[in-house]
Amino acid sequence: MWGFVLRSDFVAKAAALAPWAAAAAVCFTPAFADVPARVVSINLCTDQLAMLLADPGQLVSVTHLAQDPLMSSMVDEAKDYGVNRGQAEQVFLLDPDLVLAGTYTQAATVDLLRGLGIDVLQMPPVTSLAEAADQIRQVGAALGHPARAEAMAQTFETDVTAVQQTGHKASAAFYYANGYTTGQGTLADEVLELTGFSNVGADAGVTGGGILPLERLVLADPQVVVTASPYPGASRSEEILTHPALAALRGQIGAQTDADWVCGTPHLVRAIHRMAAVRATLQDGP
Amino acid sequence: MQLTELRVRRGQCPVVDGVSLSVAPGEFVGLIGPNGAGKTTLLRAALGLLPYEGHSSLASLPVARRAQSVAFLPQGREIAWPVRVADLVALGRVPHLAGGTSAQDRAAVDLALAQMGLSGFRDRAATELSGGEQARVLIARALAQDTALLLADEPVAGLDPEAQLRCMQVFAGLAGKGRAVVAAIHDLGLAARHCTRLILLDRGRVVADGPPRAVLSPEHLAGVFHVRGHHAETPDGLVFQPTSLLP
Amino acid sequence: MNRVVQRRAMPVTLTLGLLVAALFLASLLVGPAGLGLGESVTALLTGQAEGEGVVLIMREIRLPRAILGVLVGAVLGLSGAAMQGYLRNPLAEPGLIGVSATAALGAVLALQTGLAAVFVLALPLAALAGAALSVLLILGLAGPRGGALALILAGVAISALAGAGTSLALNLSRNPFAVTEIVYWMMGSLADRSMPHVWLGAPFMLAGMAVLLTLGRGLDALTLGEDAAQAMGVRLGRLRWGLILGTALAVGASVSVAGAVGFVGLVVPHVVRPWVGSVPSRLLPASALGGAAMVLAADVAVRLVAPDQDLKLGVLTALVGAPFFLHLIWQMRQVEA
Repeated sequence: MWGFVLRSDFVAKAAALAPWAAAAAVCFTPAFADVPARVVSINLCTDQLAMLLADPGQLVSVTHLAQDPLMSSMVDEAKDYGVNRGQAEQVFLLDPDLVLAGTYTQAATVDLLRGLGIDVLQMPPVTSLAEAADQIRQVGAALGHPARAEAMAQTFETDVTAVQQTGHKASAAFYYANGYTTGQGTLADEVLELTGFSNVGADAGVTGGGILPLERLVLADPQVVVTASPYPGASRSEEILTHPALAALRGQIGAQTDADWVCGTPHLVRAIHRMAAVRATLQDGP
Repeated sequence: MQLTELRVRRGQCPVVDGVSLSVAPGEFVGLIGPNGAGKTTLLRAALGLLPYEGHSSLASLPVARRAQSVAFLPQGREIAWPVRVADLVALGRVPHLAGGTSAQDRAAVDLALAQMGLSGFRDRAATELSGGEQARVLIARALAQDTALLLADEPVAGLDPEAQLRCMQVFAGLAGKGRAVVAAIHDLGLAARHCTRLILLDRGRVVADGPPRAVLSPEHLAGVFHVRGHHAETPDGLVFQPTSLLP
Repeated sequence: MNRVVQRRAMPVTLTLGLLVAALFLASLLVGPAGLGLGESVTALLTGQAEGEGVVLIMREIRLPRAILGVLVGAVLGLSGAAMQGYLRNPLAEPGLIGVSATAALGAVLALQTGLAAVFVLALPLAALAGAALSVLLILGLAGPRGGALALILAGVAISALAGAGTSLALNLSRNPFAVTEIVYWMMGSLADRSMPHVWLGAPFMLAGMAVLLTLGRGLDALTLGEDAAQAMGVRLGRLRWGLILGTALAVGASVSVAGAVGFVGLVVPHVVRPWVGSVPSRLLPASALGGAAMVLAADVAVRLVAPDQDLKLGVLTALVGAPFFLHLIWQMRQVEA
């Protein structure tokens, strides 16, 4: 699922990057020019990693989503960069040396960019905290700042380990529009586990993202229901979040996911701390 | 029914032009005239189904009273759904239905069916009958409405001789019992035989109005229909038949 | 009517009523929670159960869904029968001739402009306005004198226009979920409806149905054509407005809480018609019951076939209705031939 372009100096670069490649979880390390002078990111998560790791002037443009407060943790920083909508033509005109994309970015766009001779690095969505740390390292390497990335990744790992809760697990459920929940094998699930919760969605057999029928949620009676803040404009999908049955769940403490949850960036640590705080109130509470 | 100076226009052209007539109980009036003379328009306007100038005693009645006083049998024999014959005839009772159906309603339906010889057809679906049978069913509906006046537009067109005679006899019988019937008819022979009075309409105007013998005079036949006809008095009544075209 | 016919009408109403009751019960008992019969019923009626969740599920999730199933189905069946009676055309029904689609457009516009958030009745009223507009258009484009062809073409045009409008409104929304809701509005769903939806929609739906039920006698007389009906004392203008008002109220409200469910108004009157001797006034209540049964059955099936996915109600009604529609067209061709 990784995309990379074989370059003539691949072998030399691979040798230089060997220790980091060994540390990387799976697949090949992409090899690019030492320090790409112009980098464009067309994926929200790579936007944020790039903003954290790039030199001033190295990152040329990020997506419009980076300025959406509901999805991005770095709205203010994003204002310093150009805005793109991920269209190949727009990106091409920016004359990038490297494009950072996601594995779910439109295949047509990615193929077109590669066909135009541009290097594209695709990063899959993060599904675990370990992967988050790895992605920090990979993006840093691609940008030509391996040391910076290593430092950031290590800080992240330390912060995460510090939170590890033991003891009795409270039950929590994620519940989003359309009855969507995140179950086993997701980043959110691991956050719950880390902060002392059991995930109702995972227990109900949902792997990855899936629908949890409202009836099952009610039966499971979680102590905490985590939702997302509603988007502007009206949508019928979000009506379920105001369903009387959901509102009546006994002892429901609401918590909300926000932009920090969306990507596997160091900002995730803030979200982890918030969930840990919620867990703490449960312990102290009645 | 009383019509005074009735005029119906289509655009500028008067289709019915200043018709005044009145119909009293006991009369069986045959409305005759060539195609396009305005017979259908006259009937519809008299009922108030069309905009008109002048006065019509029927159209002046409140809708519900009018429905109980006059029954209309239109020329187009529409039957929208495959309803049972008995149900269709019972539609004639709609103006009278108070809440549910009463014994009186059922009796009227039975009588109408018997009069038109349809008693055996009660449970058949009306749309499955032949054209002639359907026409009889629709006449039975008008009969079931049990009104003082019956207006019929081409009631016997397309019926076999037995049905035609039966229908005309029923109408004549109604007139005999003190009701009134006005029927627009193409068949001059039938009209002559059974009607008590004929009204000859041509180009929207009443050309003649009186007993059949008088109205079916050679002058009228020639001037309006452009035909020659033959009269004969028989034991069964007046017989008339158009015989040849005039140049 | 004679006594024989009246006797026959009773068993039909009774049978359909029992069917609806049985399906209502089934709708209450089917769901992902896997509750037992006794448990469900006691929780629903008494509010006591072993787990708090059970009462909540029965009263707040299953009950409103079942009630709406009955109401939406009754509305669609009844309005289909009324439209067919008035237009004297067996192909008329609110979904096919675009009434549901324009109601959906109205509802979507109310939601997307934020009007529905400000004034809660704005949603059903907007859907109502949409429905009324399209009934007026249909009557204007292809009134009783128009044949089947004119009617279907008018319906296609109106549906297409309304569908495009709905898609446009949803695509332009700032909400990322809005785009995916086009399917809901076009195909309808009763999933996760709640009692507030019932209180919002029921008054309009019941009012609309009441209006439509008064049209029975007039529709009977219309069997003989407009002239004969008018001569029998039927006020055609009043009949037409009754149809417009009743359909707009009933279908508009139904679409605003459940989306556009199609084909119920087409299939049910056609199936039920032979049982009531094709008499329009008897067809109306029978179609209401039949429609309720059909929608309840479809809603139960949706939960049995794909329990964890939100399979849209309209998918099932279309799977039944569209082939049926084709069959009707085929029959009409045979008749014309």
